[in-house]
Amino acid sequence: MNAPAYNFAYLDEQTKRMIRRAILKAIAIPGYQVPFASREMPMPYGWGTGGVQVTAAILGPQDVLKVIDQGSDDTTNAISIRKFFAKTAGVATTTATEDATVIQTRHRIPETSLHANQVLVYQVPIPEPLRFLEPRETETRRMHALAEYGLMHVKLYEDIARFGHIATAYAYPVKVNARYVMDPSPTPKFDNPKMDNCPALQLFGAGREKRIYAIPPYTQVVSLDFEDHPFEPYRFNAPCALCAAENSYLDEIVTDDKGGRMFVCSDTDYCEGRQAAGHHGSLSAAPYKDKAQEASNG
Amino acid sequence: MTTIAELPPGFADKVLSAQSTFRSVMDAMARPGSVQRIVPTSGAPQTMMRGTAAIALTLFDHDTPLWLDARMSESTDVMKWLKFHTGAPVVQDSSIASFALISDGGELPSLERFALGTSEYPDRSTTLILQVENLDSGRSFELRGPGIDGVATLQASIKPFDLFERLRVNETLFPRGVDVVLVADDAVVAIPRTTRVVSKGS
Amino acid sequence: MYVAVKGGERAIENAHRLLASARRGDQSVPEISLDQISEQLGLAVDRVMSEGSLYDRELAALAIKQARGDLIEAIFLVRAFRATLPRFGASEPVETGAMRVQRRVSSTFKDIPGGQILGPTFDYTHRLLDPSLAEGFVPEAPATAEASTAPTPRVTDILGRDGLIESSPQAEEGASVGDLTREPLNFPADRDLRLQNLARGDEGFLLAMGYSTQRGYGRNHPFAGEIRFGEVEVEFSAEDVGFAVPLGSIELTECQMVNQFKGSATEAPCFTRGYGLAFGQSERKTMSMALVDRALRARELGEEALAPAQDEEFVMSHSDNVQATGFVEHLKLPHYVDFQSELGLLRKLRREFTDANAPDAMKEAAE
Repeated sequence: MNAPAYNFAYLDEQTKRMIRRAILKAIAIPGYQVPFASREMPMPYGWGTGGVQVTAAILGPQDVLKVIDQGSDDTTNAISIRKFFAKTAGVATTTATEDATVIQTRHRIPETSLHANQVLVYQVPIPEPLRFLEPRETETRRMHALAEYGLMHVKLYEDIARFGHIATAYAYPVKVNARYVMDPSPTPKFDNPKMDNCPALQLFGAGREKRIYAIPPYTQVVSLDFEDHPFEPYRFNAPCALCAAENSYLDEIVTDDKGGRMFVCSDTDYCEGRQAAGHHGSLSAAPYKDKAQEASNG
Repeated sequence: MTTIAELPPGFADKVLSAQSTFRSVMDAMARPGSVQRIVPTSGAPQTMMRGTAAIALTLFDHDTPLWLDARMSESTDVMKWLKFHTGAPVVQDSSIASFALISDGGELPSLERFALGTSEYPDRSTTLILQVENLDSGRSFELRGPGIDGVATLQASIKPFDLFERLRVNETLFPRGVDVVLVADDAVVAIPRTTRVVSKGS
Repeated sequence: MYVAVKGGERAIENAHRLLASARRGDQSVPEISLDQISEQLGLAVDRVMSEGSLYDRELAALAIKQARGDLIEAIFLVRAFRATLPRFGASEPVETGAMRVQRRVSSTFKDIPGGQILGPTFDYTHRLLDPSLAEGFVPEAPATAEASTAPTPRVTDILGRDGLIESSPQAEEGASVGDLTREPLNFPADRDLRLQNLARGDEGFLLAMGYSTQRGYGRNHPFAGEIRFGEVEVEFSAEDVGFAVPLGSIELTECQMVNQFKGSATEAPCFTRGYGLAFGQSERKTMSMALVDRALRARELGEEALAPAQDEEFVMSHSDNVQATGFVEHLKLPHYVDFQSELGLLRKLRREFTDANAPDAMKEAAE
């Protein structure tokens, strides 16, 4: 039988070269989606194969890797991907944002500010911000070529006409370096401002859709909006029940079937760090009441 | 004539050397004007600096047509070394090259002769690997653009002297354009198509 | 006091142990061998090889065993392995005209040179469950005869001799062979890439797409010119050797559809082609593929492309079951960060709606 034997960080060198060339182009053209010949990975498409290929192409033995899903190091998919690299590349792993040199993420940007010696690798399901307005690749590619983004503004404006607000809560489109409209991956729009002028390099990998794109460090990233309807990041207006943080993105935990809710940081490393530093929240499930929520939710 | 056995060697550890070299080039591209060092060593044919050799071993293969300047292409050792270690096809037509190796910047052809990408696919462009005298002294250049926190200052001795004037074509062409990697021995500096020179001293 | 959910690593390990046990099932039942899968579930192996893009019966059988008989999972296992294999080049085109035919039928001519050969087929079996197969069934020895040495020319070649069917487009000498596993796909795609996409495409998807053309969504008047199944030689031309080296033989099914004719004031009318090819015996797949291939040639043949099966981006972007299953099933992954953001927005919109629609009296009272 042709027994399998695998390379450092799983990918063969030819594949890594191809991905590395795509990454360099992506950095040189911020926000532009570079097509690449994505490989079948040993995890399903849609489960982070793009991020995994980008990480595999950049990772070296000196790196310290952190993997998060929904902000947490402990979600099953984050564990699975972290173990994959610990096994195939033997790299050190960490849950501490500050200590990581490469952070692979799904759906969140860490609360702790990133620094210049870090690379943030996003897993991207649908890289094309215009895809839900125009399903054809040939059309969306032309729109990017001409920087013809009127359709996106029309969509956002229709939201305002219908709901009074832009009805996009995550994967909120941004414009990179005043040129390309880009999908930030399905991060909550709360995280969008963190992408702007970020000291770390941000790389985006979409495996199934075969695209890589990037935001170089210190690059302007602007969330699309209108003068009379400016972009507003959403955050549930309450302190974290565990660490009392007032500026972190919160998960809503249903604690019973009588309307009980509590809100805790989605970034587990940030929350644990604060608790270790002596910050404590209410620690118990505060009864959730519609009225109270309405009063506090901005 | 050099036989295959006499060719300068490639990387001793292909996998980790390529990774390390790539990270230096990636950091250079992500932080234009910053000087990055290429640590792994390999053999290199004459006229090719060790940084250039490492980049070739890291990024070139069958899928990347190469264009070589006259001084490089006249050297059978360079041709043989590239063919043996990378398998990359050498092409005469610079407008279809993925990479161009330039050892004699004074003879750099007009940038329009390289692939500049298309509006739909601006990534289909030539990356120039330009060997220069040094990247730590000489004229100073102030750079701005993505990857730079405010202003970056590069001191370098570069031929052609008017490289940055010529690169202004990137401004009008964007998102089409060429990206440049400057190499001096083991030092690399990248000037992607988004970088603008705001002023320069002597 | 609330403690955040932990222990994911342990949960994963335990789940995989449970999976291994469930895969084996009742251990008093003998374990199935790869030979048994390969010999007795041969068509499943054929499908996994085709859509897995790797001709290796043993690995395909292993994948089926590992996947507990879930063929899309097995295809995925084979693809992930294939992706790590070095690629040395492309073989010479296989000569299906020289196939050692085990089965060959044409619906366009009553008799053809080399004859109609039914071969091993479900066709004309009565679909009655057969209890005698449940255990200990020993089939009769098959009827045999001297292998015929008569040539079996392709039906489309016979039509082609009289110019009744468009000539099969010939690739330029030395032209490179497209490979969508090595080059990202761009649209519009050439036919080589379309055929590769369809050959790797999901049988069920192609079946439905092909069927839709028969029902009028992009009708193309197909006749099954010929379906043949058998063994062909694979040869590889190594650059240094200077001649083609035989690598061995593989089983293939080929379907050539003869479709509605084209023609114009300057061009004599002739039939057009649709082509299907798959590893092993995969007739449903190759016939569906041929229908869809023909439908996708609409642009090239100057037809209006209005139906889903004629829409290259639609078909090619959704035919791959490994991509499709991954993305559909990724909805199992946590999305609570996004959901939370959506929930916050929805609550806000509902609150504003309630305020705006409150009875006037209430509003006044509130003021």
